[in-house]
Amino acid sequence: MDQAIDATLARSFGLSHEEYGRVLSIMGRTPSLTELGIFSVMWSEHCSYKSSRVWLKTLPTKAPWVIHGPGENAGVVDIGDGLAAIFKMESHNHPSFIEPYQGAATGVGGILRDVFTMGARPIANLNALRFGDPSLPVTKRVVDGVVRGIGGYGNCVGVPTVGGETNFHSSYSGNPLVNAMTVGIARQDKIFLSAAAGIGNPVVYVGSKTGRDGIHGATMASTEFAADSEEKRPTVQVGDPFIEKLLIEACLELMTTDAIVAIQDMGAAGLTSSSVEMAGKGGVGIELDLDSVPQREAGMSAYEMMLSESQERMLMVLDPAREAMARAIFEKWELDFAVIGRITDTGRIVVRHRGRIEADIPLHPLAEQAPLYERPYSEPLKPASLGPVEDPSGLEAALLALLACPDLASKRWIWDQYDATVGGQTVKRPGQADAAIVKIDGSRTALALTTDCTPRYCAADPETGGAQAVAEAWRNITATGATPLAVTDNLNFGNPEKPAIMGQIVAAIRGMGNACSALDFPVVSGNVSLYNETEGRPILPTPAIGGLGVIEDAAKAVGIALKPGLDLVLIGETRGELGQSLWLREILHREDGAPPAIDLDAERRNGDFVRRLILDGRIAACHDIADGGLLVAVAEMALAGNTGATLHPIQSALAPHAFWFGEDQARYVLAAADSAAILRDAQARSIPARLLGSAAGAELTLPDGTAISLTDIRAANERFFAAWFA
Amino acid sequence: MRAGIILFPGINRERDIAIALEQSLGHKPRLIWHRETELAGIDLAVIPGGFSYGDYLRAGAMAAQSPVMRAVADHAARGGYVLGVCNGFQILTETGLLPGALLRNAGLRFLSMDCHLRVERSDTVFTGHYQRGQVFRAPMAHGDGNYFADAATLDRLEGENLVALRYAEPDGAITARANLNGSARNIAGILSPNLRVLGLMPHPENLVDKLMGGADGKPLFDSLADIGKAA
Repeated sequence: MDQAIDATLARSFGLSHEEYGRVLSIMGRTPSLTELGIFSVMWSEHCSYKSSRVWLKTLPTKAPWVIHGPGENAGVVDIGDGLAAIFKMESHNHPSFIEPYQGAATGVGGILRDVFTMGARPIANLNALRFGDPSLPVTKRVVDGVVRGIGGYGNCVGVPTVGGETNFHSSYSGNPLVNAMTVGIARQDKIFLSAAAGIGNPVVYVGSKTGRDGIHGATMASTEFAADSEEKRPTVQVGDPFIEKLLIEACLELMTTDAIVAIQDMGAAGLTSSSVEMAGKGGVGIELDLDSVPQREAGMSAYEMMLSESQERMLMVLDPAREAMARAIFEKWELDFAVIGRITDTGRIVVRHRGRIEADIPLHPLAEQAPLYERPYSEPLKPASLGPVEDPSGLEAALLALLACPDLASKRWIWDQYDATVGGQTVKRPGQADAAIVKIDGSRTALALTTDCTPRYCAADPETGGAQAVAEAWRNITATGATPLAVTDNLNFGNPEKPAIMGQIVAAIRGMGNACSALDFPVVSGNVSLYNETEGRPILPTPAIGGLGVIEDAAKAVGIALKPGLDLVLIGETRGELGQSLWLREILHREDGAPPAIDLDAERRNGDFVRRLILDGRIAACHDIADGGLLVAVAEMALAGNTGATLHPIQSALAPHAFWFGEDQARYVLAAADSAAILRDAQARSIPARLLGSAAGAELTLPDGTAISLTDIRAANERFFAAWFA
Repeated sequence: MRAGIILFPGINRERDIAIALEQSLGHKPRLIWHRETELAGIDLAVIPGGFSYGDYLRAGAMAAQSPVMRAVADHAARGGYVLGVCNGFQILTETGLLPGALLRNAGLRFLSMDCHLRVERSDTVFTGHYQRGQVFRAPMAHGDGNYFADAATLDRLEGENLVALRYAEPDGAITARANLNGSARNIAGILSPNLRVLGLMPHPENLVDKLMGGADGKPLFDSLADIGKAA
């Protein structure tokens, strides 16, 4: 290529003038095109976390049960019996707008590889989705494509999709969020890491062939969208879940031996980031011979091969004595296996192609001198609290309106397209419990899995919103009876070069960190997605939390389904917080006020009390109170159990709409046979608790005496998706 | 009773079916790689669900051409037992061991949910532990489960009483509403004329344990465990 290599070209690759200056000083000469490509992707926001790293470091990441925190391909926690849960959540936002099916599908594929590359068999997928205004045709197209893409990939690889969440807001209309989470299980003594070692050891490429797809995808994920974004379709990768399935089986088969020294998937920035990171972490050098790379297209340049984001590829460093055995395993699974280089002692990455050296970069400065910004930020203003609001509608009309709104509408249409039972270990499927429960094959132990974030709270008050996302994940796990262990975070924000956006990031991370510390719920992995803006309009700040908990006896886990004859008990204090509530938005069409306060001591005290009751077998069902408040929670329990309930009039100084629709935190609804004993125990521990009513019949009788049939409630709850995709 | 599970690249419910078989048989079934050319020493060959070869040509079409399927056909011709579930059913129709074809679901979307199945005959090795007319629940998870055959074939299946299972309401009524994927005459599973080959779309193997929400599918595997016992 005859392209002049200068600051202008560097800028088009996403490197600032100052960053290009750094490249020149490291290289001591003008870089080649391939070298410039390597610097630009390694220093992209997506790979380097240059805007967020100083803040991410403030998050709590340690606990006695954490085996590997952030820095590896995924987080690893001890779940007992010599086993580890390995998990991470990652975004594929920008590709999912440009090409929803492939964008979402390859998001699932990528996060699966992050998990099985560490030696874990993936046992569950979840996904946190945010879509735009449902009245826009583009939103329907994106929803349809994303859901088909997630299903198309996850169903084929045979990993059950067991949970997640979906919200709608106009800020996502041009920039939907697709955050995919994978959880896997490995033996603690069989965890594979990415640090290369062993001078002379072969560097082996396995999986799909390399094509020209996805070149500069990491850079695309690090810029704002403009009106011409759909022209970027060629930078979206295409997934092949069949090859991924073979890759999972072949890698796990090889991992039963001692052949692998180091392994990493080729994700964002493909061969570049995998080789640079593996050699860099190991403190060694690496030589690559691109002529040996399996190629799908003729005439690819070194630049194209190093930056390709073709899917379903892995890079491994092998024990040379085991190379032939490893090759036989990949040949059995009919996958490419090619030795494409060696580990060296030079501390450099050297890339050869057609007899020429196309890149020769010192690894230490490439990593150590990567840009790190303390970007200026403005501290978000705390919103004024809401103050009293009148109720124009009454309980019945408001309940039906809330259950019908897109955010609370039944997501059955989505999860019915995801295989939730493959693997034969799904104890609680989507909709059955606050967290999905997936058992470990051959054991009584199960994992509790959830994703949570309330973006409208984060927009009003990022610090409270960040804490609330963590607290809700903790609460959802607790409500099944499981003990919360750790989280993965997926921080989705706008352009960090704007001080107001940077202020959201800083405050949200502060709130998350406080909650993680108070709840012993450390962050063990994560991903940051910035520049989520379209023509200057940012998304709502969305720090999605993926939570993982463990329950030693899966048979003790409870769901949310009401059963006849049980009493309903409310745990937690109700102050009637309607600021930023769905009731305020759906009934008064207002989106203001402060989000509900987070009291982490109460959160912990109430949750620990509820979990103990569940594990002692004293509760038949439990549901945390979140979007829509108490009455929505009770209605959801009634629908899940196909059992009605009668709610008593409540002695309270609060107005009925504030009591029943306030979104106060740290609360649960329990269904139990012996409510008197539970109320007594709660009182003894100074935990607020009160009897709400009892379950029976096929109607929900409100405290004002109005009875609504479950058929009508279900019709309201099912209407949105049924009508949208009729 | 000795069972073997046939493995094609892309099959993904082999562990599920192995768990269900082991629970009823008391021993682990054999795993048989798709390159094998003989099925010696087994009574029952099971072809599990999944996406053999990615279902890229047509569900089951490529697996049907593999060496092991000639061995399965020989096994069936010798009077051996064969069970095909989901992708396994699709492979059995592609090889001609069972008639008809599985088309895209009528709604053109993947369907993952529980369905109810009415047992049309209980005098087979697959259904002996159910009663005729009994309804049981099973998860389904497929994009191509819409059973199709020409009218003459359907009439022959009905006439020879070879429909094993139909999609039904929980009370056993055969309705269009219960027929989620649009199958001809609500057919969920069919038998070979010698009653030794069964293909079905839903997954009884995913409901063999109360912990997973029920054991409705367990009688199917308990029935298979009787193969070879005093007849």
